[in-house]
Amino acid sequence: MNAVWTIARKELSDSLRNRWLVAISLVFATLALGIAWFGAAAAGQVGYASTPATIASLASLGIFLIPLIALLLAYDAIVGEEEGGTLLLLMTYPLSRSQLLLGKFLGHGLTLALATVIGFGVAGAAIALLVEDVAIVSLATAMGRFIGSTILLGLGFIALAYLISVRVSEKPVAAGLALAIWFFFVLIFDLLLLGGLVASEGTLNPELMPWLLMLNPTDIYRLLNIVAFSGSEPLSGVLSLGSDLPVGQAGLWLALVMWCVLPLAAALLLFRNRRI
Amino acid sequence: MNCFELDNISHSYDRETVLKDVTLQLNPGEILGLFGHNGAGKTTTIKLILGLMKPTAGRLSVLGGQAGDPKVSQHIGYLPENVMFYPQLTGREILAHFARLKGASPAQVPELLAQVGLADAMDARTRTYSKGMRQRLGLAQALLGKPRLLMLDEPTVGLDPVATADLYRLLRQLRDEGTGIVLCSHVLPGVEPYIDRAAILTAGALQAVGDLPSLRRQANMPVTLDLTSAGDVGDLENTINAATRGRETVLRRDGRQLSVDIAPHEKMPVLQELLASGAIADLSIHQPSLEDLYVHFIGAGGLAHRGGAQ
Repeated sequence: MNAVWTIARKELSDSLRNRWLVAISLVFATLALGIAWFGAAAAGQVGYASTPATIASLASLGIFLIPLIALLLAYDAIVGEEEGGTLLLLMTYPLSRSQLLLGKFLGHGLTLALATVIGFGVAGAAIALLVEDVAIVSLATAMGRFIGSTILLGLGFIALAYLISVRVSEKPVAAGLALAIWFFFVLIFDLLLLGGLVASEGTLNPELMPWLLMLNPTDIYRLLNIVAFSGSEPLSGVLSLGSDLPVGQAGLWLALVMWCVLPLAAALLLFRNRRI
Repeated sequence: MNCFELDNISHSYDRETVLKDVTLQLNPGEILGLFGHNGAGKTTTIKLILGLMKPTAGRLSVLGGQAGDPKVSQHIGYLPENVMFYPQLTGREILAHFARLKGASPAQVPELLAQVGLADAMDARTRTYSKGMRQRLGLAQALLGKPRLLMLDEPTVGLDPVATADLYRLLRQLRDEGTGIVLCSHVLPGVEPYIDRAAILTAGALQAVGDLPSLRRQANMPVTLDLTSAGDVGDLENTINAATRGRETVLRRDGRQLSVDIAPHEKMPVLQELLASGAIADLSIHQPSLEDLYVHFIGAGGLAHRGGAQ
């Protein structure tokens, strides 16, 4: 445990030193405040629209941003150490491969979690203070759910980045594959799903389709943050499938957690078999 | 307890044999030189002892335990060839990080940095370090936690002559305190005075192990006598020819200087005869050096493997 924490501590202090933590927090806070303030711009006015609309907009942006940041943060975790020549040295220390990877996960995870809590937390506090007659309780619940799911989504993509990092032997390749993963889950997946729906012309089992959303952590994330308010607004695109899902909020949370655990477990397994 | 014991160790990957039937051990308080050309299996041997890989066959014990066991690696210091560090951290931060990983006292960090001559540079980022400074930091890293087994791969690369001498003095001191040390180097004349035993690897097999006298006995290479004649060089030449009649010798002449290559066991009888003749004014004896022995054991076959796959 001590060794895991030593590694995590270095990652955390690295991200403080290279200003990653500050930069991500600032980006999150600016985005959240901007969306809160100009949320009603589409309706022709400036000002706070509503909590559900703000969270929905934040989540739509988060889908693009969070996976990208997580992948960038973590793609070189192992391959970077190897190219830097420190992996061999680290492995001669009383430190197992699993401990090294878990330490990295803890360090990167804490970086992302801190940035999320600080960035969106500040924005949430500002909304609560500045916007008149906003329902504090519903805002806090929605923000809490949003921050929690954002952290989980980030952890999932950090784990996916490790899956690449333990497998390849060159940093540029890892960076390329990380972008490919982002592209697939954020842009391609929904298109494939919709395309499949249309092409199948209804021959696919309609009960199966909603479950396919579970194969994409960003869709789970979106469902979690938008479906919670689905009473008030109609859902569009593939998300409408989500309303047919027989799993409740708890099921979605569990699915998101699985998206952290499974890739991390796979990365640990692959790392153990890597030749150093 | 041995520092390590390799018992008929073989290792292969991708169906290629990298080590075959290597039996080697290191005792505490001993410096072992591990020599061989590139791809001879030195790095593989070291990696096996460090527990980075598992042997395909044979028995291996390190510090009385299993290679790679955290309780064992805690007592091993390792300096890799071309050691690299995190460029954005300072020497002190890096050493503190590794000290925490090894469970060594943080008080050791400034001490060790001063010991390797980095006292003035410890708060500079290692990005600015020269090759020699990186090497010193690597050495300080290897010495963390007072290791009982120290493995150094080309430790003197990038070090100036004074730093090199300091390093060897330090290694002697550690050896006298009971540390077992493995030294890999291509600078054979440099390490010759400091090693207690040498192990020579070729193509994954151990060619010879032992201290220098026993390696010389095994190699049975000729000893060279450099002789300066007291009077006429021709007279000395005749005397030598008479003394070495019936023995296998090679005589070379260079001005007033004569050199005789002679088998080790015939050295004393010939010398006695020459001394008795009174024809020599000065005399020096050259034993085969570590480099000569290395070339002898590696042989032509060894050279053919040069540049082979790592």
